Amino acid sequence: MSVLEGQYGPNVIITSLDKVFNWSRSRSMWPLTFGIACCAIEMMCAAAARFDLDRFGIFMRPTPRQADCMIIAGTVTVKMAERVKRLYEQMPEPKYVISMGSCANSGGPYWEYGYHVVKGVDLVIPVDVYIPGCPPRPEALIDAFLKLREKIERETLARQA
Amino acid sequence: MLAPAEITEYLRSAHSGAEFILEETVPEAVIRVPSGILCEAARTLRDDPRLRFDCLMCLSAVDRPEELQAVYHLYSMEHDHSCALRCCIPKDNPEIPTVSDIWPAAEWHEREAFDMMGIRFTGHPDPRRILCADDWEGHPLRRDYQPPSEFHGIPLTTILPPESETSS
Repeated sequence: MSVLEGQYGPNVIITSLDKVFNWSRSRSMWPLTFGIACCAIEMMCAAAARFDLDRFGIFMRPTPRQADCMIIAGTVTVKMAERVKRLYEQMPEPKYVISMGSCANSGGPYWEYGYHVVKGVDLVIPVDVYIPGCPPRPEALIDAFLKLREKIERETLARQA
Repeated sequence: MLAPAEITEYLRSAHSGAEFILEETVPEAVIRVPSGILCEAARTLRDDPRLRFDCLMCLSAVDRPEELQAVYHLYSMEHDHSCALRCCIPKDNPEIPTVSDIWPAAEWHEREAFDMMGIRFTGHPDPRRILCADDWEGHPLRRDYQPPSEFHGIPLTTILPPESETSS
């Protein structure tokens, strides 16, 4: 992947490879099994039988080394932020982050008086998709994965101008 | 089952010379105990066959303007009666003996009271913080606590929305 990346212009081989890679990546996003607070309950529900994330090729992996994407499902405290960052750094490239719920987006109910809450997980790691809600319903999480899928489909190996 | 006044009277007779004040009786006895005699009183409450407070339900800390307080809620499975002990701790030297050797449940509660309120429990087997990070400074639930502006490089100040969004 990285051998080809940025080496060539957008020629017919590169753009065809893009289609293959992006199709395979966007149809098998494996998130890290990682819940911090009540949003994780909705995340578990989304992965279980009723909403069944598996039909999108999404199923939870128990180790960051097998994961493509990370769902920050819950309140990130400063004590947890260091662990979140370490887990993110252990994931192989390419990696994506979904920030789920108000707490992970901006600190949520703790944004003003929470002495221990990070005011948005994007202060610690880069975020691709934000889901509003407290907590968001499983449909919202599914929508975030579809948005992330659109983002992955626009990626290219070609040299950027 | 003993009434609040009976529990207090029983404590007074077991520890002559010590000052036990019955402060409240509803919904249960709240007895003010001098911190010097806390351990002895706790042993009496647990071991005496007529009291037998074998269950420490809750240990909480209170920040009053003039002092800190530790409150122990006790319950007896055998006699189905309950009471609360209230201990006053000076703010300039917040130390009180541990009861974790009497009720093991107190161990984590005392760690929490230390973490949040800064009460030091002398004789505690593991007096570390329990919720905040190990190198956190200050005790967050104290009234005079000033939250830090950053921790390990992570900013903790409130991020206000841009002016244009608030005015519209």
